[in-house]
This record gives sequence, C-alpha cells and structure tokens, in this order.
Amino acid sequence: MDLYHQNIIDHYKTPSNYGEMKGYSLVRAEYNPTCGDRLVLYMKLDENRVVDVSFTGSGCAISMAAASMLTEVIKGKTIEEVLDISKEGILEMLCTSINAGRLKCALLAWTGVREMLKP
Amino acid sequence: MLDTKHIKSNFPILKTKSNGYSLVYLDNASTTQKPKAVIESISNFYRKDNANVHRGVYSLSEQATAKYEEAKEKVVRFIGAKDAKEIIFTKNATEGLNLLAFSLGKTFLKKGDVVLVSGGEHHSNLVPWQLASQIFGFTVEAVKMTVEGRWDLGDFQNKIKTLPVKIVSVAHASNSSGVIHPVEKIVPWIREKKALLILDGAQSVPHMPVSVARLGCDFLVFSGHKMLGPTGIGVVWGKKDLLLQMEPYQGGGGMIREVHLTESTWADVPERFEAGTPPIAEAVALGVAVDYLSAIGMGAVFEHEKQLTEYALGEIQKISGVEIYGPMDMISRGGIISFGIRGVHPHDIATICDTFGIAIRAGHHCSQSMMGVWKTEATARVSFYIYNTEKDVDELIKAIGKVKRVFQIKN
Ligand SMILES: Cc1ncc(COP(=O)(O)O)c(C=O)c1O
Repeated sequence: MDLYHQNIIDHYKTPSNYGEMKGYSLVRAEYNPTCGDRLVLYMKLDENRVVDVSFTGSGCAISMAAASMLTEVIKGKTIEEVLDISKEGILEMLCTSINAGRLKCALLAWTGVREMLKP
Repeated sequence: MLDTKHIKSNFPILKTKSNGYSLVYLDNASTTQKPKAVIESISNFYRKDNANVHRGVYSLSEQATAKYEEAKEKVVRFIGAKDAKEIIFTKNATEGLNLLAFSLGKTFLKKGDVVLVSGGEHHSNLVPWQLASQIFGFTVEAVKMTVEGRWDLGDFQNKIKTLPVKIVSVAHASNSSGVIHPVEKIVPWIREKKALLILDGAQSVPHMPVSVARLGCDFLVFSGHKMLGPTGIGVVWGKKDLLLQMEPYQGGGGMIREVHLTESTWADVPERFEAGTPPIAEAVALGVAVDYLSAIGMGAVFEHEKQLTEYALGEIQKISGVEIYGPMDMISRGGIISFGIRGVHPHDIATICDTFGIAIRAGHHCSQSMMGVWKTEATARVSFYIYNTEKDVDELIKAIGKVKRVFQIKN
C-alpha cells in the first residue's frame, strides 16, 4: 500500500500544529467540495517570517496529513521561501504516488497557504 | 438469484482488470455497465440506419425515425403507460427535471405557490427548482427526513395540508440511503390538494418494476445510463393532457408548428419538448437496454439485488467500527448501502478499495442535505446490479478489513 504509508497515517492520526490560534495575523478557510475536506489555516507573521502556523478541520487522510506536514515545513520560513514550495515539493514531502482524483486533497493546505501569503 | 455467470459474460468491461485485479464494479447508482447488445446497437445504428429523424422524406430518414419511435414504444411499455406520445427524450434525468421545473413553473406557478421536495433529494431535483423559483417567484419547501433516510410522513402530510403546494417533486428511491419511498401514502394527500406529483425515478426504474399507472404520478423522470443504456439519453414521461398545456423548455427546430419572426406556435407533444436533433442512436440503444432488462424481468432484478443487499448488510454489520447510514433492515429499500468506518474518511476507503479493483463511490452523492441529516460530510456507498455476486460482496468485505488494518483501527 503505497499511498497510505505509516508516516501519512501517523500525521493523520496525530497531526502537528493542530488547533485554533489566538492573535493570528492571517486566517483562511479552504474547502474541497469533492471530498468535503475543510481546513482553516492560521498564521502569525513577524515582518516577512512565518513565526507560527496551525490548522483545524476535517477530511481525508491525504489532506490532513499534507496540512500537518506542510505546517511543520513552513514554520520559521520567510514568505518567499514558503512561496517557493512547488506542487512537486508537496508530493515529495508526502512521499507517495497520488492519482489525479486525489491531487486536490494533497494540495489543499498548500493552496491555502499560497493564497494567504501571495503578494 | 440471477444467472450472474451468463449475465457477466454479456458485459465486456467486467472481463477487464483494474489495478491488476478483476474489476468489481459496485457503483451502479452512479452509472451501470453496458451489455454487448447495447454497445453493438450504437455502432449498428450508425452503420445501417443513420439519418435525422422527422425531417427527411427519403427512406433512410423514415427508417431512423421508425427506430427512434420504436424506442419510445419500448420505454412507455416498460414503465406501465400506453401512449408513446407521452415520452420525451432528454439528455439525462437532470435535464428532465430542469425541463419540468421551467416548463411547469412558467405554465402553472406564480408567486406564493409552493413546490414541495424532500430533504433527501439528489441535487438535480433541488437546484432546478431553486433556479426556476428565482424566475417564476414560487417557493421551494422540503419535507423533513428521518435518520434512516425516510420521509417524515407527518411532516409531509402537514406541509401538503397547510402550504399552498402546487407540485410535489420527490425521488421514488434514494441514491444515498437506498430507501424506496412509500409513494402510495402521499398520493391521496396530493390528489386532495389538486397538486401534481413528479417522481424522480433515476434509482427506481432501473432496479424494480415501475408502473406509472399503479403509482399514480403525473410525471416520471429517469436516466438511460443507469439502466444499461448509453449516456446522453434520459426520459420524461408525463400525462398527455398536462403536457399539452405546458410551455416549451427550449426553442429550436422540431418543436414548432409555425414560426414567424417575432413569435411562434408550438408543435404537439412530445415534439414540443424535443428541440433540435435528439440523441437518436442513444434512444435506439436505450430501447435495446429495455429489451435486455425486460427479458430478465424487473421482478427478478429487484429480487437479485435484494438478496445481495441482505447478504452485504449482514456481512458489513459483522465488522466492528463500521456504521451504516440508512436502514439496517430490508424494509422498503433497494440495492444501495451507505456506510463509513469510524476514524477513516470515506475517500480513503474508496481509494484503498480501488487498489483491489473494487469501484465504490465516496462523497456526498449529490445530496448534501442527506449528509446534513446524517451529520457527516460524506459516506462510502456500494450499489448493486444484475451482474454483481456474493463474491463481489466478499471482496468488498476483505477490502474493508484491509482499510481497518492500514488505518490501525483496532475494533
Ligand atoms: C435520485 C437521482 N436523481 C437524479 C439523478 C441525476 O441523474 P443524471 O446525472 O443522469 O442526470 C441521479 C444520479 O445520480 C439520482 O441518483
């Protein structure tokens, strides 16, 4: 079972950076109508650096694990560094093969983060 | 049960592999597979009979027209009506419901009138009414659903009695819970109110004997592709006296009597509702699908699915951590089971099933209001047809076990 390797299941079951944030600088809701995945992303910025990030929501293992991993990756990075993360980078991060039908799930958090930080 | 070995041999796609496994197709509520006879009828039509209908004076056009009309004869008999002029061919059930919402809206409805649907409709029996209500000023109201996915009959009767209901438009059978609704209970209330009854038969006509005469509805709508037919063809059956009063839905060729530059008069029915060149080859192929189902017998189709569903419900309920949405028993239900595994999203269930060549649906099944009743975003859904077997169910059960292992769901 390629898609659902242990790391994905672990992130799904015990996600990192899960929870609402008080005193955030940015917040954004993302919705994936095909799966019904819902995410709310929170970010605290200091100048152009993401000093804290968290999320809440519910959805499939792929979307939740991707959100969890992405928040780990971007914490402490500058806005430019975050925006540099490509689609392919996300797939590499998930370390799994994803069919077209589930790509939206994998990219949900990434899409939200980019929308939040886009100049 | 049906002779599934023989039936399966008629469906080329069921011999194919999916992800290295023999395809187990359990998404029949979405669309069904097609038997050879249907597939070949399409190519035969283009090889031997192709011309436009109702237009040419030449023999080939007459031949195509005769085939098209013959398909209507087959369909009208299949649903227990007599007059093929009461059959309108559309693109699918969705277009049929749009046709009714807009044509009935324009012809019969005004501000203050109510169209009553249920809280468990497919979006295609909800959104067209919302759109038409914005133009014609009527209001859409919804009957409450029970947790099993059945109509709250008290609420149904009360709403018909107390609201200015002109049209009731409801699914005959549900695509999410599998419930077959008790139409006979609501017909007397609707008659007393002098309202019209539209049945969305997308999930009933393919799976059980349906007779409009016995049901007592005014309109019935369904899709060809959910009953072994091709995509691109749907059916509206309506009582002729009503159709004759109704305004057209779309304008174009074939639906007019006389055209002047600023106004036109309408053709008779059903031509009035079939603007432009219809899906001719698809209609002919639907006729072949109807022949195929009739040869098996719709009673036998229903019985086969019933036995499979009963078996599957029993097996699924043996697995801990699995919850079934909709009825757990066999009372007034068809071959659809919605379920979930606690701690696993339905899309992950469907993805893991897919790796074993098992096609099931996951999502809201175009009925977000029903998901609301069940307090979930989505369910996994299996739906059976004539070629499914207990072995297919066994494969599904094995896959569910695998899902639980991957997600480390202990019990
Ligand atoms: C109850 C019901 N009504 C209407 C439809 C719409 O059918 P189509 O997409 O073929 O128009 C469906 C299809 O899923 C259905 O299940």
